[in-house]
Amino acid sequence: MPAGEFMVQNILFLAHVDESGKGMPRVALEVITAAQDAARLASASLVIGIVGGEISDAADSVARIGAPIVGVCGADFAHPRYATDAAALEAICRAVGSDIVIAPATSRFLRVIPGVAQGLGGQVDTHITSLEFGDGAVSAKRWFYKQRVEAVIHRDSRPWFLLVDPGGYERWSGEAGTARVEGLDVQLPAETKRTTFAGVRVPATDAQTIRPDAKLLFVAGAGWCKRQSDGTAHVPEAEAAILDFLQTSGASLGGSKSLVDQSGENQSVLRFMTHLNQVRQTGSTPRHPKGLSTCCHGEEPHVVGWRFINERRAINLDPNCGWARGKADVLYVADAFQVIPKLNALLNKK
Amino acid sequence: MSDIYHIVVCAGIVPDPLQTLEPIITPTGPALKNEMMLPAVLDPWASHALYEAANLAAHFPGSKLWLVSGAPKAKLQQVMMNVAQKASFELVPLDIAANGFSDAHAIAKTLADAVQFIPGLERSRLMIFGGRESASRGAGVTMQLVGEQLGIIDQFQGVDLLTVQSDGSFEILERIEGGRHLASICKGPPVLLGWATGRLPEPKNNPQVGMANMRSVMPALQKAKPATLAQNVSYANVAPPKQHRQTRVVKDHSADEIASELAEWITRG
Repeated sequence: MPAGEFMVQNILFLAHVDESGKGMPRVALEVITAAQDAARLASASLVIGIVGGEISDAADSVARIGAPIVGVCGADFAHPRYATDAAALEAICRAVGSDIVIAPATSRFLRVIPGVAQGLGGQVDTHITSLEFGDGAVSAKRWFYKQRVEAVIHRDSRPWFLLVDPGGYERWSGEAGTARVEGLDVQLPAETKRTTFAGVRVPATDAQTIRPDAKLLFVAGAGWCKRQSDGTAHVPEAEAAILDFLQTSGASLGGSKSLVDQSGENQSVLRFMTHLNQVRQTGSTPRHPKGLSTCCHGEEPHVVGWRFINERRAINLDPNCGWARGKADVLYVADAFQVIPKLNALLNKK
Repeated sequence: MSDIYHIVVCAGIVPDPLQTLEPIITPTGPALKNEMMLPAVLDPWASHALYEAANLAAHFPGSKLWLVSGAPKAKLQQVMMNVAQKASFELVPLDIAANGFSDAHAIAKTLADAVQFIPGLERSRLMIFGGRESASRGAGVTMQLVGEQLGIIDQFQGVDLLTVQSDGSFEILERIEGGRHLASICKGPPVLLGWATGRLPEPKNNPQVGMANMRSVMPALQKAKPATLAQNVSYANVAPPKQHRQTRVVKDHSADEIASELAEWITRG
């Protein structure tokens, strides 16, 4: 039998309840589409596993898919915690016995599923962008070297856990139904509760500047804090222009590494810019339909974080910057300090 | 239990981010063209883990810090010349031909085995640090696999802050969706933390620290025995992304004209 080829009996889709406790995270509803496709292409049955404090609403939301639902619920599973999440997921996996387990790449699952795979003697891959099932073989596409190399991989070991990133599949949007959930009783030893949930913290910034659902990503580069043509830096003006733009456009804010790092080098900095805003190398890879870069040179380490930005425009004083070399759709050779306030005025009128 | 920690930082090395990467297929699997010639750095997120570990060890006298790093010996020596100036540590080198296409499971097993054989390591004080994911594989699974093999069930990923409380417990902030943090309280070691960027800047090079470190780093490197990695993953296709845009460069437009065009673009669709 060729590598990666096998007979799939059933495919397990894992999800957890979202923070509202009444549904699933958006990415889970996208990845459940991937799991449905996979089951259809592999002629396998789909089983859904859910973990959370109260899972009936989440189960009802996907009941019309028609797949059997297995769940673990209770106060101990209401919040993310490695040890208890691992126990719950392991119980579901053992009960279902699937060779292929598909799950959304949420922070909760990225933390725990590798350990579950290890515990079950399986293997795991994350940041999957697409799954392919053909002629009994399963393969997965993912990125390496920070979105600079793309590869199709497969493994012979089973169970194979695949955590799928958001943005690759249409969101499942069927009507809610009434689910019949097979509940599993998971006994938790005391040592699994050494960690306790202490809340969710929003960064102390002037405003919440990270908006995953925004249509536009606005990236500020280090140029905003550099000396301008008059020989001085204009950081307060930069802050005002950027915050005004975020408010009027509804954009999400990203920052280049060089700008974010300035805060650690005792230079003038944008007070609302933190490492959480950073777009690759050691930052995020956000997904937005449009992206506007300002005062950033568009060199490779910055642009790898733009892999999933569809329409890209940039404002930079250097016509030979990285954006001009096939990285942006449009490069405006201009001073962002002049353009952005005028843009804000226009957006305020609309 | 006094607050003395045995901190083990697991860190690989990766090509300098400014380098152009070209994948090639070799008889042993995918690799990067001229891989051994590319300048390398300690993995960025793991570097943050090292800085946080050094800071923690400095605040709790008696604590110890080990750096477990797997890479070809020559590359490791090159990277250590710089890293050794950043923080005091004892190097545990693993001479392995690891790159971004190596299997994370095999890497994790090698790391876990190395940690278990560190002399004098006390589990009741043990803190395993690493990056949340590497800049090469980007798997984001290696640290969890190491922790699971070491039997550590208090694990945290995307950590930005660790605070030791007065009762010895840890408050840990992990990055979650939407630019927020999940706050947890853990009773204490043993724990595993996969760091994001943390809160500390990169330390300035300290030649004295470097000299002191290198006295133990060089003998450790000389003793490192080559090991092979199992490859459990197969590659059907490896290629750089084909995304090259036809950039329209707009020069000699006024700020008003550009703002108008951008406003129309932003509000469209």
